[in-house]
Amino acid sequence: MKFIDEYRDPQRARALLEEIRHRALHEWTIMEICGGQTHSIMRNGIDQLLPPNVHLVHGPGCPVCVTPLETIERALVIASRPGVILTSFGDMLRVPGSSKDLFMARSEGADVRIVFSPLEALQIARDNPEREVVFLAVGFETTAPANAMAVWQAAREGIGNFSELVSQVMVPPAMSAILSSPDNLVQGFLAAGHVCAIMGWEEYEPVAKRFRVPIVPAGFEPVDLLAGILQVLKMLEEGSTGVVNAYGRIVSREGNPDARRVMNEVFKVADRPWRGIGVIPESGLVLRDAYARFDAEKRFDVGHISPMESPLCRSGEVLQGHLKPSECEAFGRECTPMTPLGATMVSSEGACAAYFKYHRNINP
Amino acid sequence: MQLSCPAPILMHETVQMAHGAGGRLSQELTARVFMPHLRNALLDQLDDQAKFDVAAGRMAFSTDTYVVSPIFFPGGDIGDLAVNGTVNDLAVGGAVPLYLSAGFVLEEGLPLADLEKIVMSMAESARRAGVMIVCGDTKVVQKGQCDRVFINTSGVGFVREGVNISCRNLRPGDAVILSGTIGDHGMAVMTTREGLSFQSRIRSDTAPLNSLIHSVLDLVPGVHAMRDPTRGGVAATLNELAASSSVGIELEESSIPVREEVRGAAELLGIDPLTIANEGKLLLVVPEADADTVLALMRAHEYGRDAALIGMVVDDHPGMVVMRTPFGSRRIVEMPLGEQLPRIC
Repeated sequence: MKFIDEYRDPQRARALLEEIRHRALHEWTIMEICGGQTHSIMRNGIDQLLPPNVHLVHGPGCPVCVTPLETIERALVIASRPGVILTSFGDMLRVPGSSKDLFMARSEGADVRIVFSPLEALQIARDNPEREVVFLAVGFETTAPANAMAVWQAAREGIGNFSELVSQVMVPPAMSAILSSPDNLVQGFLAAGHVCAIMGWEEYEPVAKRFRVPIVPAGFEPVDLLAGILQVLKMLEEGSTGVVNAYGRIVSREGNPDARRVMNEVFKVADRPWRGIGVIPESGLVLRDAYARFDAEKRFDVGHISPMESPLCRSGEVLQGHLKPSECEAFGRECTPMTPLGATMVSSEGACAAYFKYHRNINP
Repeated sequence: MQLSCPAPILMHETVQMAHGAGGRLSQELTARVFMPHLRNALLDQLDDQAKFDVAAGRMAFSTDTYVVSPIFFPGGDIGDLAVNGTVNDLAVGGAVPLYLSAGFVLEEGLPLADLEKIVMSMAESARRAGVMIVCGDTKVVQKGQCDRVFINTSGVGFVREGVNISCRNLRPGDAVILSGTIGDHGMAVMTTREGLSFQSRIRSDTAPLNSLIHSVLDLVPGVHAMRDPTRGGVAATLNELAASSSVGIELEESSIPVREEVRGAAELLGIDPLTIANEGKLLLVVPEADADTVLALMRAHEYGRDAALIGMVVDDHPGMVVMRTPFGSRRIVEMPLGEQLPRIC
């Protein structure tokens, strides 16, 4: 694939690794925020190639993982209402609620459909005017513009049978929460390249300044990740802080102004609970009052939901970089992709799933 | 006196419930749609069973049911799959496929033109594979009770002498050979189903593998194991082989052939090509000494042109398939979980 192969080039990767070995003189702990990066690190075995004094911990950047159980329960209740078509990205369908997941709801007769874009869900609403079409709008700043666009479009066309069950979260408040924790181990960050493609990197500058850490937007291919890690290490060894972009071919300081405009038009910032972590102030997006009629939480009264989390699941600690998935007592025993206790074992981007998939010890 | 009041026979455009009721319309369906394309000496008898002579030795018998959606996709249709799939299931056991049955479940309202197109594909695939469809059955269900058409095919063949192919035969040191690019079928179907615009260049690889297989077995009868990596893809097949033989398999990532457009689509959808279904690919495990001969034989065949040595059987990590990356690291290749879920960001 053009414009990809050069970022998978083993020779360039080896050269970067050589420089990393040369530069990294002290023990360092770096967090990659994004689940997509965790996945790529595991898939390409990048953690095995780094010198032993450079530690990677995995951040909360997996939207499926941090979506509160309450939202899943709410989706299950709404999906089972007559006349409802519940649409979602595929990853959400296997996330277990307290008693079942959306696949099971589908087998019991609920109309649950996988879509690749919220605009597809909107099309389903146009095609089925007698049905209520609900889109489960989860994600970080990457999915927010398209989710906002679907609502904006529905408002413009007067599509009354479309709504979104919104669970949007944002990266910078989560970084601040991690860095504020007394147990924090993280000394530098790889920021998520695609989030920065939307938002730019300017909003990371105050975080870097306040907590005196290096933050480096990086891509997802092996060479991108290694270049990002090298940049963080250089800054750590020099004692410098701030934001340095290592993903220049995609990310600019301002991001994508059109995408930010539509997000801002439709959504406003609000406090948000993160699964396994708790409420992080001003870390989420909710529909503005002008668009409240498209809010599935308001449209469907599902009563009070108080879901039960598994007492064995330590995904909250994993998501904050306090615990590696393989250090959890339930990992690979009570908790596997077939019997996940928490969303980090379900999602293709969850750290626990990535560990289980690629790294359950190959050789004893 | 006999009154003659013949009711007019309507020429239907779509499948009616009566087409499956065993009466006149059933006969018409057989005469108009099935027989013109499938006819052969055995089927022409129109008995409730086909009767044929067999030689002494061992027979192989296999069955599979096809429910693919959409029924037409780039590179083939459900009819091709139904014939090739059962032919391949017989052939990978070292059998020479001979006769197939075909059972159809049709949804009321299916255009007869679509059914005829499918039957023509079956006839053509059978011709290419050198097998005969010798008996069949048709049922019609009400609209909504099946998705347009489901097809079951069963097949029999005779097992070649001197071959001993089994999933329990893998030995450390064996070579793992793949006949060509992976993921083409599953991605052709998936991109058609999802209406993604890059579908046009991705075509299903559906093909009968019996002539490729027998060209190998003619010269190398000592093949240890052979499978067609269909549902679950190469990842599922190799995990099954490793588990059945209690050996490890080590793959070299850079040696696994994947078309660029398939790789691109798979990355966009967040799916590993190793887990995507193939319908015209063959995995072989052979003693290392035979690997070059087998590769040369396969590359000389139209369905094995891109054949590659993709890995080795090892005595490390029994039951586990491990991938060596181009960067020198290793990862596990998991048994895929189930339904393919697209990644969300």
